[in-house]
Order: sequence, then structure tokens, then C-alpha cells
Amino acid sequence: MPHAVIIKGRSMEIFLQQLINGLTLGSVYALVALGYTMVYGIIGLINFAHGDVVMIGAMVVTVVAGSLMHADPNASAWLVIGAGLLVAIPVCMIVGWTAERVAYRPLRRAPRLAALITAIGVSIILQNLAMMIWGRNYLSFPQVIQPAVYTVAGARISGLQIAIVVIAGALMAALTFVVHHTRLGTAMRATAQNREVAGLMGININTVISAAFLIGSALAAIAGTMVTTYYGVAQYTMGFMLGLKAFTAAVLGGIGNLGGAMLGGLLLGVIEALGSGYIGDLTGGVLGSHYQDVFAFIVLVAVLIFRPSGLMGERVGDRA
Amino acid sequence: MTQAISLKRGLPTKTLLGIALIGVVLAVLPFVIGIAGQSWVRTLNFALLYVMLALGLNIVVGFAGLLDLGYIAFYAVGAYTWALLASPHFGLHLPFWAILPISIAIAGLFGVLLGAPTLKLRGDYLAIVTLGFGEIIRIFLTNLNAPINITNGPQGINRIDPFKIGDFTFARAETFFGIRFTGPEKYYYLLLAIVLLILLVCARLQNSRIGRAWEAIREDEIAAKAMGISTRNVKLLAFAMGASFGGAAGAMFAAMQGFVSPESFSLTESISILCMVVLGGMGHIPGVILGAILLAAMPEFLRAVVEPAQHMIFGAVVIDPEGIRMLMFGLAMVLVMLFRPAGLWPSAVRKRELSRGKGASA
Repeated sequence: MPHAVIIKGRSMEIFLQQLINGLTLGSVYALVALGYTMVYGIIGLINFAHGDVVMIGAMVVTVVAGSLMHADPNASAWLVIGAGLLVAIPVCMIVGWTAERVAYRPLRRAPRLAALITAIGVSIILQNLAMMIWGRNYLSFPQVIQPAVYTVAGARISGLQIAIVVIAGALMAALTFVVHHTRLGTAMRATAQNREVAGLMGININTVISAAFLIGSALAAIAGTMVTTYYGVAQYTMGFMLGLKAFTAAVLGGIGNLGGAMLGGLLLGVIEALGSGYIGDLTGGVLGSHYQDVFAFIVLVAVLIFRPSGLMGERVGDRA
Repeated sequence: MTQAISLKRGLPTKTLLGIALIGVVLAVLPFVIGIAGQSWVRTLNFALLYVMLALGLNIVVGFAGLLDLGYIAFYAVGAYTWALLASPHFGLHLPFWAILPISIAIAGLFGVLLGAPTLKLRGDYLAIVTLGFGEIIRIFLTNLNAPINITNGPQGINRIDPFKIGDFTFARAETFFGIRFTGPEKYYYLLLAIVLLILLVCARLQNSRIGRAWEAIREDEIAAKAMGISTRNVKLLAFAMGASFGGAAGAMFAAMQGFVSPESFSLTESISILCMVVLGGMGHIPGVILGAILLAAMPEFLRAVVEPAQHMIFGAVVIDPEGIRMLMFGLAMVLVMLFRPAGLWPSAVRKRELSRGKGASA
């Protein structure tokens, strides 16, 4: 472990700090990755537009929160964010559902690349609609959250970070419960295994697929809220890189696998944070923290070379 | 064009006439388009560059069925090779006959470099690794200005030498036979020649032993292996060939622009080249060319139309023209795929496969 050497030389606090930052970021990646992996597991489509659904969630929350704060500057953080979510979740669900209904459903039997191109098209449409509605500039999230900071073993952790990790964890637990212990979840798993046979068993495939999009989009809205409150800004292009990272996380964990998406998201967040924190020391200052993204991708490539179907994925048949 | 004809024996007169007509149109095209302004000739040149890239990617995606989302990396490698070997940045000014082969070779090498570790990966896993590879190349290009300045970082490299054959440079306007040729017009003929060469190579490859091996791998890798095809070598060859075409296009880009920076090689570019291949009709050369020309020209066309149209209708620019332009671009992509899932001009085989309704695994 090269880290160990550095930790001895520097301090445990920095390591812990990067770990906390990484876990926060990773929780967001995991939530977004779940949306990718659910859709992929069921219809085998890389929903390129999912990152942009996150962006729309972030934009809506920011705008709603901004106007609420404008009306009442003393509004509490819970009220502002809660009201924002109340608007953002349905908006994102409608966007996700519409995209599936209009753009992906007619292509279910078409070549897989055709659906991928359509998804890219939807992504372009969403981004430019957002640009036309909210403009090119960064929208800043109003300052409602008290910067409560706790110190744990020398590392600083903010209340917001705790909230993000806890809420993400709760949502992931809830989703796991839904998928494994409810009728809808059973239907989803059956559809993922074999769409035709599931249909013969009396499962309404269209309902199940729509449900996957609705759930994924709701999670995306919440993830978008987390991003915009954490970084304090939202912009129409923010969904692209976020979506890319989340998709990377889903593949890292084994795409189509819920547990894998969560693990992949958390791992990617931690790898990124630790990587950008230590890459300078590891290479003697040759490479700086701007190589953060390279770090994430190199780990991904390495994992896939040794485990071609991701960390928790099963060997999938030839679907290329 | 004459080369292509002599290679195909016994073509009917009608086809020959068609080819002659296309030849005449291609020969006078820059002058006709140039009436609307030199910038349109430049657009035409970029369309040709995209045709090269799409043909290269078509080898990887269309022929061999390997989904590559980082294809722009090879374009970047070619462009930077030209930029480093023919600019004041290192003080090197090698002639084109040295740089072009070097660019192609280095890009091909990168193709193998990407291909080798990903041989076992399939479908979407391959897509994400190639995507990562493309991003890695771009990030290195952006950051390799310290500790040793190799790529000059985000500022990029400028004052790159234009394409020169001896003293004949493609950058200046000159008069031959009483006709004035501008720089972009000269580049047009150069690019057209390269495109035709690549086209010829692609067409010959498709019907060769290698082309059939690629097709076999695309349809069923295990069966192909069982038939005695060395899947490893054949896949690596697809990556290398595709990459070297990208490298050639990149070198031409650097020479034509005189400036390269990492910005030109983003993931969006990779995706738009993939869109050209898929929208046109994967694996079908005429379709791919059509896709490349349409997607390269459409944004420019919309740029020219959207703003004046708003002036006409509303009397002022009401909505951000850039937004509408891209919005229509996205809509067009979705609509084409919804109504023609095999692409605008698919090959006959693909059309048949789809009409049988068994095209779910593609």
C-alpha cells in the first residue's frame, strides 16, 4: 500500500478527510448509477439522457429554492429544499417517463445502437431545452444551509455531507427492499431475466419498464438536489460529466446489478477523492490533482481487464 | 475516381455515366459553394474530414461490430503528431511525406494499444473502456505542459505548418490556368483525393478475406473462432486500421487549421462521429458517407437558417439560436432513428434482417 507510507509521513487526518469527501461524492454517483443500471438491466439500453435528468432535477430545485428565498428570506432550509424536491421529483419523473414512452419504446426491437443514438439525441434535446429555459449561466443555490461542521478524528465533516450519505443510504436500502420483496420488484427482476417469458407469465412489461424509468428519475431528482446543494451551483451541462461518472460506476460494479451500482458509485467517489489528493505525492509532483478524472478511468480500465464483467456482475452472454 | 473504375471490371455504361457525373459534380463543387462564401468551402472541407473519420470508425463499429466511444483519440493523436513535428513548438519542420506516415503509424499503434487489453471485453463494457481511453488521451493532452512542456496544455499549439509539397503550399491562393484557387479550395482537392483513397481501401477491405472475418466476428464471435479465424489478430487489425484513418484525418486537420488544442477532441466529437456511422447505416459505406456529410453540414446549415428565420418571423432574435440549432439536431437524431432504425441508407443485408423482425441483437 503506497498510501500507508504517505499517511505515516503526513497525517491520518488528510486521508480521513479525502475519504469523507469521496464517500459523499460516491453516494451521489451511486444514486445516479442505480438509474443507469435499472434501465440497462431491464431493456439493455445505456440511457445516455439520465445524467441530464439529474441536471433538470438540480435546476428545478435551485429555481424553486431561489424563488422561495426571495419570497421569504427567513425560510428554513428543510422547507426550501423539501418544496424544491416536491416540484423536482414529479418533473423529473415526467421527463424520464416521456423519454421512454416517446423515444425508447418504439425502438425496443430495433438494433441496440439505434436506441443508443436516440438516447444521445434525447440528451442533446434536454440540455438545449434547459439552456433555453434557464440560460447559459450557472444558477447558484441560495445560502440556506447552516454550515454546521463537526470534527471527527481531525477531519471536518459538514452536516450536509452527513445528510447526503444518510439519505442516499436510506434510498438505496429502500430500493433494494422494493426490488427484492415486493410484487413490482419481482416483476422487474423477471422482466430483466427474460422479457418474453415474463410477458407470458402475465407481467405487463410496459408497466414494469415505465416503473423502472420513474424510479430512476425520482432518484435522479434527489441526486440532482444533493449535487446542487453540495456544490452550490447548477448549470445545463452539469449532467454530462456526472452521468458519465455514474455510468462508469455502474459498469465498474457490474452493469445491471443494483448492489454493483452502489458499490461502484462509492468506490469511484473514494478513488477519485483519494486519487486527486495523493497523486501529486505518489508521482513526486509530476502529475497534479487535475489528473483526477484519469485516475477514475484508469482504475475502471484495470478492473475491467481483470474482471471483464465488473466487480459484482455475472458473465453476460454476447450482446454486443 | 478513375482508379476505382479500372478496378471494377465490366461495369454497365449507366454506372460509368453516374460515376462520371459524380466526378464532375465533385470537381466543381467548391466553386459552386464558394459563391455563397469561402466559409462554406471550409465547411465542405470539414465534411470531408468527417467522412474520413466516419469511414475509419465504420471499420471498427460497422465491419467488426466493436463499439468504440473514444475514436476521437486517434484523430487527436494524428493532429498532435503533425503539430509537434511541423511547428515552431519544438522547432521541427518535417515535410509532409515524413509526418503523414508517422501520424498514421502512431495512431495505428495507439489503436493496438487500446485494442490489446480490451480483446476480452464485449459490447457496452468495451464502449465504456474506449470512452475512458478517449478521455485519458484528452486529459493528458490538456495537462502535459508540466513538468516538461510537450503539448503546451490547454492553450494548444499554433502556427503549425500548412500542407506543402516542395514549395507548393496549400495555405495561399494561387492562379492556375486562369482560375484562382483559394487555400480552402486547394485543400478541398487534397482532402477529396485522400477520401477517395480511403474509400477505395474500405471498399476493397469489405469484400476481402479480412472484411469477411470482421463480419463473422460481428455476427458471432464464438462461431468465428470455431471457423478458424484468429479473433485476436483480426480485432487488433480492425482497431489499428480504424485508428490509422483517424490519424490521417487528424494530421490533415492540424495542417488545415494551423492550430490544435485539446478542446477539439472531446467526447462529444467521438459521439457525433458514431452518430454519423449509425445514422447513415452501419457497415454500409455509401450510407456512412451520407451520414457524415449530413451531420457535418446540418449544424452549419441550421446556423445559417435559424437566426435569419427568427428575424423574419418575429423581427428579432427571440430564442437563443444556438439552442434551437442543437435542439433541432437532437430531434433529427431521434426522429431518424425512430423511423429508420437501421439508418438512412442501410445495406441490403441489414434491411432484410430487420424486416424479418429479428434484429434485436445487433
